[in-house]
Amino acid sequence: MHVVIVGAGIVGAACARRLAADGHDVTIVDRGGAAGGTSASGEGNLLLSDKEPGAELELAQFSARLWGELPNALAGETGRVPAIEYDAKGGLVVALTDEGAHALGQFASGQSGAGVDARPITPGEARRYEPWLSDRVTGAVFYPQDAQVQPAAATLALLESATDGGARLLQGHEVLGPLLDSAGTLTGVRTSRGQVSADRVLIAAGPWSGAVAERLGVRLPVLPRRGMILVTTRMPRRILHKVYDADYVGAVTSDDADLQVSSVVESTAAGTVLIGSSRQRTGFDDTLQVVALRRIAARAIRLFPFLADVPMMRSYGGFRPYLPDHLPVIGADPRLPGLWHATGHEGAGIGLSLGTAELVADLMAGRQCTIDPAPFAPDRPSLAPHLEAEVA
Amino acid sequence: MSDVLVIGAGPAGLHAASRALDAGAEVTVLDAHDLVGGQFWRHLPDDRAAADEAQLHHGWKSFQQLRVRLEEHPRCRVLTGTEVWAIEPEEHGAAARVHALSGPSGALRREEVLLTPERLVLATGAHDRVLPFPGWDLPGVFSAGAAQALAKAERVAVGERVLVAGAGPFLLATAASLIATGATVVGVHEAAGPSALCRGWLSRPWELASSARKLTELAAYVTGHLRHRIPYVAGSAVIAAEGNGRVESVRVTRLDRDWRPVARTERDIAVDAVAVSHGFTPRLELAIAAGCAITADRFVAVDARQATTVPGVYAAGELTGIGGMALSAVEGAIAGLEAAGGVIPRQLLAERARQRAFAIRLERAHGIRPGWTDWLCDDTTICRCEDVPFGALSLTEGATQSLRAAKLSTRAGLGSCQGRTCGRTVEEILRQSPGLLGTTTTDQRPIAAPVRLGEFARE
Amino acid sequence: MVSRRMPPAADPTRPPSDVPITITLDGTPYTGTAGQTLAGVLLGAGRLSWRTSPGGASRGVFCGIGVCFDCIATVNDACDVRLCQRRAVDGDRVVSQGLDAPLPLRSAGTRPAHGVADV
Ligand SMILES: Cc1cc2nc3c(=O)[nH]c(=O)nc-3n(C[C@H](O)[C@H](O)[C@H](O)COP(=O)(O)OP(=O)(O)OC[C@H]3O[C@@H](n4cnc5c(N)ncnc54)[C@H](O)[C@@H]3O)c2cc1C
Ligand SMILES: Cc1cc2nc3c(=O)[nH]c(=O)nc-3n(C[C@H](O)[C@H](O)[C@H](O)COP(=O)(O)OP(=O)(O)OC[C@H]3O[C@@H](n4cnc5c(N)ncnc54)[C@H](O)[C@@H]3O)c2cc1C
Ligand code: FES
Repeated sequence: MHVVIVGAGIVGAACARRLAADGHDVTIVDRGGAAGGTSASGEGNLLLSDKEPGAELELAQFSARLWGELPNALAGETGRVPAIEYDAKGGLVVALTDEGAHALGQFASGQSGAGVDARPITPGEARRYEPWLSDRVTGAVFYPQDAQVQPAAATLALLESATDGGARLLQGHEVLGPLLDSAGTLTGVRTSRGQVSADRVLIAAGPWSGAVAERLGVRLPVLPRRGMILVTTRMPRRILHKVYDADYVGAVTSDDADLQVSSVVESTAAGTVLIGSSRQRTGFDDTLQVVALRRIAARAIRLFPFLADVPMMRSYGGFRPYLPDHLPVIGADPRLPGLWHATGHEGAGIGLSLGTAELVADLMAGRQCTIDPAPFAPDRPSLAPHLEAEVA
Repeated sequence: MSDVLVIGAGPAGLHAASRALDAGAEVTVLDAHDLVGGQFWRHLPDDRAAADEAQLHHGWKSFQQLRVRLEEHPRCRVLTGTEVWAIEPEEHGAAARVHALSGPSGALRREEVLLTPERLVLATGAHDRVLPFPGWDLPGVFSAGAAQALAKAERVAVGERVLVAGAGPFLLATAASLIATGATVVGVHEAAGPSALCRGWLSRPWELASSARKLTELAAYVTGHLRHRIPYVAGSAVIAAEGNGRVESVRVTRLDRDWRPVARTERDIAVDAVAVSHGFTPRLELAIAAGCAITADRFVAVDARQATTVPGVYAAGELTGIGGMALSAVEGAIAGLEAAGGVIPRQLLAERARQRAFAIRLERAHGIRPGWTDWLCDDTTICRCEDVPFGALSLTEGATQSLRAAKLSTRAGLGSCQGRTCGRTVEEILRQSPGLLGTTTTDQRPIAAPVRLGEFARE
Repeated sequence: MVSRRMPPAADPTRPPSDVPITITLDGTPYTGTAGQTLAGVLLGAGRLSWRTSPGGASRGVFCGIGVCFDCIATVNDACDVRLCQRRAVDGDRVVSQGLDAPLPLRSAGTRPAHGVADV
């Protein structure tokens, strides 16, 4: 089967790799350069710790297993050791108030019930894990399954494996419209540099997926949620885990349009510290917002007081692609035969990409899926009211 | 009475401030450096001022007058040692929100300065562009601007036997300052060949008569060169620096008209320092952050009145094109007058036209040609902050054509200088192969200067 | 000695005579004159480099105007100070950067980091 994947971000790359491995004839088209979108504009947290029990957590757990196997798998597929900076360093979630510690404890025990390895530890233990941590910590949970990856490098490594496996990458090809047969079935896409015909078209265009869907004739309410991150200069000190304050949990699921800030603090392989991020719904406006930076920095200093004297050298950010019910959409779109989706992963698309690719491959092959795909189906009930204004 | 903020106190900024005062405005001029003057008038601090410092400068007297005027004018505030780290577009009446920090460079806690001027003149100038070559990261290799700044503002010579290389008349200025600081200049190697120089400068670099001031300046440099018998070699470049722990010799070679090294023309010259500059890169980050449109050749787009595409924001000097001090000064004057609502005298516009013609010749004669990448080796450092070698950037067809992804996967341009030194070079290398798509450039730097978290954090 | 400051007596621009100040770099004293930058003092005394790049190369002054960040060092306990932009003050303690091996990034999570007081 010939599959065209729209978008060479991490989701498109992961899907291309899996579909090529299944023997499909895969073409990835991107209007820009590979890995130049959201997948190069965020962090590379592969988290279980921030997810409450439910479908997303299940996908995250499934993906986490795949991430653990990926470095070896890629080395086997490409013959090279992938420089994706995968590090199963573990996450440390801390609270700075007594109420926070209580809420965190409850959240963690719920997760434990769903199979997450969540280990409540004392503030003293937390500071043994993280020598520079604030002494104002009131409670902490350690999550050994949390990991980290360099997302742009991981995207490129997945693409390399896909192309080694026979997939074709077309950069600088913007999808403009559909190719349809007389029965109204999608038979490919019209791009800025010619037509690409296909049996299936998979939209993996991140926050632009809604616009691509519209060009192909259906409505898909993927919206952008802005995030800003700040980066310090290199330093000899290391933060050993992924450390964040418990408020993160609230921000992930909140529907509030106003600026929300949490601080995930982590060292990178190069020795810089990444601190992120903010969450805000401002469309695709990407102008710098000093107020967001101020708050991100203040949060980080609360966790690690030594950061107050460390310089920030850069700030960047992007747009998390989300759907109104805060779940990704994965599978065939019943409204337009031939159209498939793999998008809307919000702030977790790096982590969820591998599991998403497995689901897509299994669904296309008609195989039994490892986890239940129904919660992510394009025709799930929670999404239905938002799909009504069909364009086609 | 309007209020005008001028960022940058070089020739452009100082003239802008002075003319805005003429037109009745309330003026603030700020600069990251702790002395005014910009790159052109880098000078000794007051407590070390030299009796005959004018020897090192052109237009020293007019600079002194400008400086005194601004410092003493009741409607003018001069904030030196004040670094702008971010600019936000502003909707309510002001031209922009300008975030700066004031205090000794790199101090733990500087004082926050927040300004929301009605009118903003950007005059942040430029820095040297140095093309990499094997060994350019050895101690003893300096940008020509560094040699110049150290000579003028420190009375330090970067070496005893110094070779000056690169492109442009700035090499002559550098050689002159080195000599005035007691160094021996063993040669000035200009990459542009004699025919390019002829085309650009009519016949010889010092014979351009359209700009009187430029002419006397160049003539002064050249007579200096003759007196010191310094070889001036056109169509020649340093393609390697060698030495044990520091530069001890350089390899020079002839270049063809595309700046490709000509085989078997290499020769080694013993030196203890090299000063290199291949032109200038405008410091665009604040203009980009303010929302100003950038031209295809990567300068701030301005109209005849130096207005940018953002209402209330003006740009002048090297930001809008590289043309030397005189062009910066006249653009600054126009921008300052316009920002303050003054009337622009015709002769200023005529002077700017004359100076721009000069700038065009400059670019035509000395502009970087694509063949230079031929002198790179796989292990030549491209990004000095992260030690990324040329080999790592030699991406083949099929590799990502996203600048952002290429930077993230090679680390080129991700270090402390944020691509100021290597950015344009990285882009050129990647554009040759695998090609780049999209509008992202290495000029986008929303954080214009490093700031300690404790200096701006706020709940 | 390679780079050096012109002695005031030999300087045709006639600067005033020196007002000596002394700074230290990794404990070694360097003497300059008041009004110099820290980089100026070091270069003026013939010291060409002080930082080590991530790849192990030596770095000193390159751009001289605060743009390239080659010259950064820790000054009186503040890291990443551009020495070419910072006026020297008598007694300034400069410590070079990039020599100390970074602490390991990898960690099993359960392993406490070394050198930490128990709490
Ligand atoms: C600040 C921030 C922090 C984040 N942190 C994390 C984190 O720690 N962990 C995590 O798992 N996730 C994180 N995310 C989320 C994650 O980055 C995204 O969910 C993920 O990158 C989405 O990948 P994608 O492949 O769907 O989209 P993208 O990477 O955006 O790829 C989509 C591609 O589609 C292309 N495209 C668009 N329109 C067209 C068209 N018409 N024709 C052809 N091509 C087109 C684009 O050019 C782009 O390359 C973060 C996001 C942000 C913004
Ligand atoms: C090191 C150097 C030496 C030079 N010497 C000569 C010479 O001797 N002869 C010659 O003909 N040409 C010289 N040039 C070329 C020079 O750029 C122009 O001749 C002229 O100085 C340009 O004037 P300008 O006002 O546009 O900018 P500049 O003189 O560059 O002034 C810009 C000012 O803006 C300030 N600035 C920039 N960013 C910020 C910020 N974020 N916050 C606060 N302030 C900021 C800078 O500190 C600087 O003082 C030199 C260039 C360099 C880089
Ligand atoms: S030498 Fe470039 S910043 Fe100091």
